Amino acid sequence: MTPMIHVEHLAKSFTLHNQGGAVIPVIEGAGFSVRAGECVALTGTSGAGKSTVMRILYGNYLAQGGSVRIGGLDITKAEPREILALRRETLGYVSQFLRVVPRVPTLEVVAEPLLALGRPEAEALARARDLLTRLRIPDTLWGLSPTTFSGGEQQRVNIARGFAHAYPALLLDEPTASLDATNRETVLTLIEEAKAGGAAIVGIFHDLEARARVADREIDVSAFAPGRAA
Amino acid sequence: MMPLLDVRSLTKTYGGRIGCADVSFRLYPGEVLGIVGESGSGKSTLLNCLAGHLLPDAGRVIFDTRAEGPRDVLEMSEPERRMLGRTDWAFVHQNPRDGLRMRISAGGNVGERLMAVGARHYGEIRAQATDWLGRVEIGETRIDDRPSAFSGGMQQRLQIARNLVTGPRLVFMDEPTGGLDVSVQARLLDLIRGLVRRMGLSAIVVTHDLAVVRLLADRLMVMKDGQVIETGLTDQVLDDPQAPYTQLLVSSVLQV
Repeated sequence: MTPMIHVEHLAKSFTLHNQGGAVIPVIEGAGFSVRAGECVALTGTSGAGKSTVMRILYGNYLAQGGSVRIGGLDITKAEPREILALRRETLGYVSQFLRVVPRVPTLEVVAEPLLALGRPEAEALARARDLLTRLRIPDTLWGLSPTTFSGGEQQRVNIARGFAHAYPALLLDEPTASLDATNRETVLTLIEEAKAGGAAIVGIFHDLEARARVADREIDVSAFAPGRAA
Repeated sequence: MMPLLDVRSLTKTYGGRIGCADVSFRLYPGEVLGIVGESGSGKSTLLNCLAGHLLPDAGRVIFDTRAEGPRDVLEMSEPERRMLGRTDWAFVHQNPRDGLRMRISAGGNVGERLMAVGARHYGEIRAQATDWLGRVEIGETRIDDRPSAFSGGMQQRLQIARNLVTGPRLVFMDEPTGGLDVSVQARLLDLIRGLVRRMGLSAIVVTHDLAVVRLLADRLMVMKDGQVIETGLTDQVLDDPQAPYTQLLVSSVLQV
């Protein structure tokens, strides 16, 4: 079976044109793959490039070399509209920060990925209600914009949104950070359910217990530092 | 999939000065393209050339028409182009006064565009106008008021209703949230996003506001001195800009 996520010879550097044209190589020769139903944790010290790898997988950062195949599409060479379709149907991303149009009610923010897929409104809203309930966002807040919520509440709204559609590939950037024990447990259960549903997951977990529980393998991105690669 | 709009090597000069030079891109159905750059970068010139308000010196603007498939808009007759402007295309001006008739009622402003495409039944026109005013959150009680009695944000929403009532497939927007205060901007962005999704619209939005394009546009085109400097997915261009100018533009934004 071909892996859901397949990375080969990936290279990334940043060129800072307005700071003397400094070139900062970050990743060289990275390669790994993730199968359906598998969760892989990216590890390495702060600054090793974990987030950079995640952002390249999402098409948010451009790669300078190599390939990243997700569901058969090489996103390093794909057209923007192909990546947009991939993000809509196949590839989900739970970032650490919630970015939404102000004034849109929480319930709609969470239902949006399903509405964008053309699912019936009733079904999308029912799924959103279910997730918000599970993540203990009180229903008195559902009609309000999450922009005014506390950090932990915003993160849970972000997670609800990320899990609304059953993406075959899912990227998680510290999904349990700043959550209390009960909500952390809910998020870990959601991750386990997604795995059981066949999702290929790549995550960054600073929470070591959480990592040990959901991750099948670890990939140390320090190995991809320039000069280290074979 | 066939692009809705296929722009090839579009060039416009003002005497010896470059307005926009050799611009090419494709816009697909349902996509929102943002065009950013500082004033004088050629983004408004480009938008006006695309929308048929300015005649470019060279290039092609091929639109996938409903009846006849892809046609070069620049080779259409004036009446044909005007018809397109009233039906499949819409243009939202920065200043609502440029897109509204200030001396007729809000309902009349919406109804007029319907009549331009052949609607004649008064009751139906009024019902549709009321429906559209509702969608842009203008109360039914205001239908007979003139736009001059509206606030800036309401005028802009009225302009959007007037433009979208005929169910266009492509909307051009020139700084649609410019000049509005921040809370009104957010409301308008929410409205535009909802309409784009529900109606399956494609849009080209010109703005200098990077926060607006981040929330509104799928793809981004960065312009400077009439040239396209960089293109890509909106979040990719903003988070990992490649060109020196784009890096400067992104790093110059004040963080709130």
